[in-house]
Amino acid sequence: MQPKHSIDRRAFLKLSTFTSAALTIGFYFPALAEESTIITAETADNLGIVLNAFISIDKTGKVSIINHRAEMGQGSFQAVPQMIAEELEVSLDQVSIAFGPGHQTKYGGSQITGGSSTVRGAYKHLLRTGATAREMLIDAAAKKWSVPRETCYALNGEVIHRPTNKKLGYGELVEEAAKGTPPKQVALKERKNYTVIGKPLPRQDTPAKVNGKAEFGLDKKLPGMLYSVVERCPYFLGKVKSYDDSAVTTMPGVKHVFKVQMPVFDSLREGVAIVADNTWAAMQARKVLKVEWDATGFEHLDTATLYNRMKADLQKPGLSQRTGGNFDATYAKAASKLEAVYETPYEAHACMEPLNCVADVKGDIITVWGPIQGPDWIQRDLAERLKIPMENITVNMTFLGGGFGRKAFTDYTTEAVLISKEIKAPVQVVWTREDDMTQGPFRPGAVYECKAGLNDKGRITAFQAKMAAQNMDHQWPHADKSNFNGSTTEGLPEVFINGLEHYSFSDVPTESPIPVMWWRSVYSSTNGFAYESFMDELAYAANTDPLDYRRQHLRDERAEALIQMLEEKTGWRTREKNSGWGIAITECFKSMVGEAVKVSKQADGKLKIDRIIAVMDCGWYVNPDIIKQQVEGSIVMALGAATTHETHFTDGKSVETNFHQYLMPRMPDVPDIEVYIMENEEKPGGVGEPGLPPFAPALCNAIFDLTGKRIRKLPFNMNSI
Amino acid sequence: MASYKLSINGTIQAVEADPKMPLLWLLRDLLNMTGTKYGCGMSQCGACTVHLNGNAIRSCSMPVSAIGNQKITTIEGISSDNMHAVQQAWIAEQVPQCGYCQSGQIMSAVSLLKRNPNPTDHDIDLAMQGNICRCGTYPRIRKAIHKAAAMMKQPAKSF
Ligand code: FES
Ligand code: FES
Repeated sequence: MQPKHSIDRRAFLKLSTFTSAALTIGFYFPALAEESTIITAETADNLGIVLNAFISIDKTGKVSIINHRAEMGQGSFQAVPQMIAEELEVSLDQVSIAFGPGHQTKYGGSQITGGSSTVRGAYKHLLRTGATAREMLIDAAAKKWSVPRETCYALNGEVIHRPTNKKLGYGELVEEAAKGTPPKQVALKERKNYTVIGKPLPRQDTPAKVNGKAEFGLDKKLPGMLYSVVERCPYFLGKVKSYDDSAVTTMPGVKHVFKVQMPVFDSLREGVAIVADNTWAAMQARKVLKVEWDATGFEHLDTATLYNRMKADLQKPGLSQRTGGNFDATYAKAASKLEAVYETPYEAHACMEPLNCVADVKGDIITVWGPIQGPDWIQRDLAERLKIPMENITVNMTFLGGGFGRKAFTDYTTEAVLISKEIKAPVQVVWTREDDMTQGPFRPGAVYECKAGLNDKGRITAFQAKMAAQNMDHQWPHADKSNFNGSTTEGLPEVFINGLEHYSFSDVPTESPIPVMWWRSVYSSTNGFAYESFMDELAYAANTDPLDYRRQHLRDERAEALIQMLEEKTGWRTREKNSGWGIAITECFKSMVGEAVKVSKQADGKLKIDRIIAVMDCGWYVNPDIIKQQVEGSIVMALGAATTHETHFTDGKSVETNFHQYLMPRMPDVPDIEVYIMENEEKPGGVGEPGLPPFAPALCNAIFDLTGKRIRKLPFNMNSI
Repeated sequence: MASYKLSINGTIQAVEADPKMPLLWLLRDLLNMTGTKYGCGMSQCGACTVHLNGNAIRSCSMPVSAIGNQKITTIEGISSDNMHAVQQAWIAEQVPQCGYCQSGQIMSAVSLLKRNPNPTDHDIDLAMQGNICRCGTYPRIRKAIHKAAAMMKQPAKSF
């Protein structure tokens, strides 16, 4: 699979388009337009429009796609071709896919793979692009045969003339088709006629991932490439005061030692780079390097202080995100009241592939390869920082060995570019596991105060949630810190909020020097625990079955159908009461997920998870097996953040350095996971993240059901409940 | 620096390396065999798993000087055309997500099945617990190992 990844966009266009032996079309967004326009590559070239060569069909009938999103396990490499293949009427094995390098405009918005947005953000354009190519090929065939186009149809890579059963392969038609003009309107297939979309077709990237051939960032090699590791300031802010490399420079393989900077939000973190002719030599040399740090002005924070600060912040008035009615007055006269405080931890992303980046700087031409979620952001950032024209910068994505939000940042790529610039040679900067785990940015921990007033039937009449946590947006230079966190409602189903009359959601931004950022499902990952644990507490207080309680408060057909499915798949009605069943339902990136967990006590008194059941409603979907993979993976990641790992801080540094301290769920900890997908006609929602938020509350609610012990702070130890 | 003649995937490779250099980095940086992955460097994650005389070991913690003439097998030596039963089972169960940990998972699984052709869930859990998967593919790995075990029993095929 290797050569395909390194294909350069211009080379690709040359190869496929300008040999005039291909039909290449793609979409772009005319200024101010919301709808994309589809044109041929030739027209784009004539008009000077930068077009994403989304699909190209060559003379052999092979279809190539440039994928604008990263492939980090979530399956964009499969979902994008399935969408194109469906409308283009080709089988999946006629389609190959390559990564699109970073580009500012051609993908119609951000290329950052985040917010579970690859399918839901682009599906309409992708479907239309496939359908447009199909129509142009039908036109070409009708013209060749001089028959009315209505008598022709496309199937399996061919256009067929219905009356005579004459056939022409797409490859034989591309030349003619390329002369045509894309039709303004195309009919998309009806879902009931789909043969590719909606099918659990095996992922095309799997074969390369079972024989070691898939190329990750760390596997990228360039001729003459050197390897670098960087001793970075262990505090999140700090400068190199001095360093002593006398023992380093004489070590075998060491080529350079110098100071380097890395931008992290509004600060520059300094470090000392060691460049050697292999990774291990650089790592060894780093061990004898001595650096004195100047961390003036840095707060030597520890976890206890930080959480006390968040709890104190909860007493302050919050920045209001969303309010309705009059919470205070309604709460004051509620028949019964409940309030609870929940705590969630800081977390490292801990992708299995540690951060790394290959950079090659030749004069003012920069080329970057790496496990990258946001190539267009990196391109823009490098251009601004180094004052180099955008078109001189190429940012290439390799496969990502996990991303989870961390690899959407620009710090590690900028640092690699600066190192290559300094040594005037291609370099691979390797972050050790320790670097990856201790340097952040981390998922912010959060503390929540939830309050609800119930009427005499136990229904919620007033609901308030206040969050104290670092606000990710407040870290940027010149950020307006009076801005509320727009994510305090994340995780809660929209239908729940809509059903509330008197409510308030607000946050108090906690000040801390710890860099924080997106972590799979972002604020939902912590909100979900607070809100859905609280719902369970309310159900208990109202003396109502937890599933019925959700039903009473999530009042629309879609939610009702999901609850029904959860009820059936768990055998909810026939379960034994207080036997260790818990549920939770959250919404994240436009998908609603309900999860149920069954726990039991072992003979030795330890808790064991017996069953995990998930019901995903992501609306229109492409590949059900990838959805199952993603939900399974989200649940395992949530299990870790709930029960096995947490990042602590002491003296302003992170404590956990490697997997011996940051404990991950392992094979014995994870039972089978049952995933069910709702069938409906709704718009597509996210798939890669929404399975994560409901797991921790479902687990804790199950533990409450079994033991009567309410868990309000994550992580907790399953062995000591 | 010292000279070594290593038996890797059935061929003898001559390399110059620091005696303390772990096999992992020797494979990756000196021989460009990048199928074996770096995950932790301290025997905690299993991403770097290879076989030494058929037994799974962590190559990040095995200095080249300790290898001698023991036979090294890496993921590249399992079967480059994915014909090994374990690879077939991995494809059938659609195990990989990001795929980064999977070389190590497969090497551990192959070694398990060699020792124990009929592993129970419990055997699998024990044998595989040294391999971390951040993408959470554990349930599928368990199924794939059972499937591979069944495939290996079919007399027609030899793996
Ligand atoms: S890299 Fe060797 S066990 Fe993790
Ligand atoms: S598949 Fe991504 S770490 Fe295992």
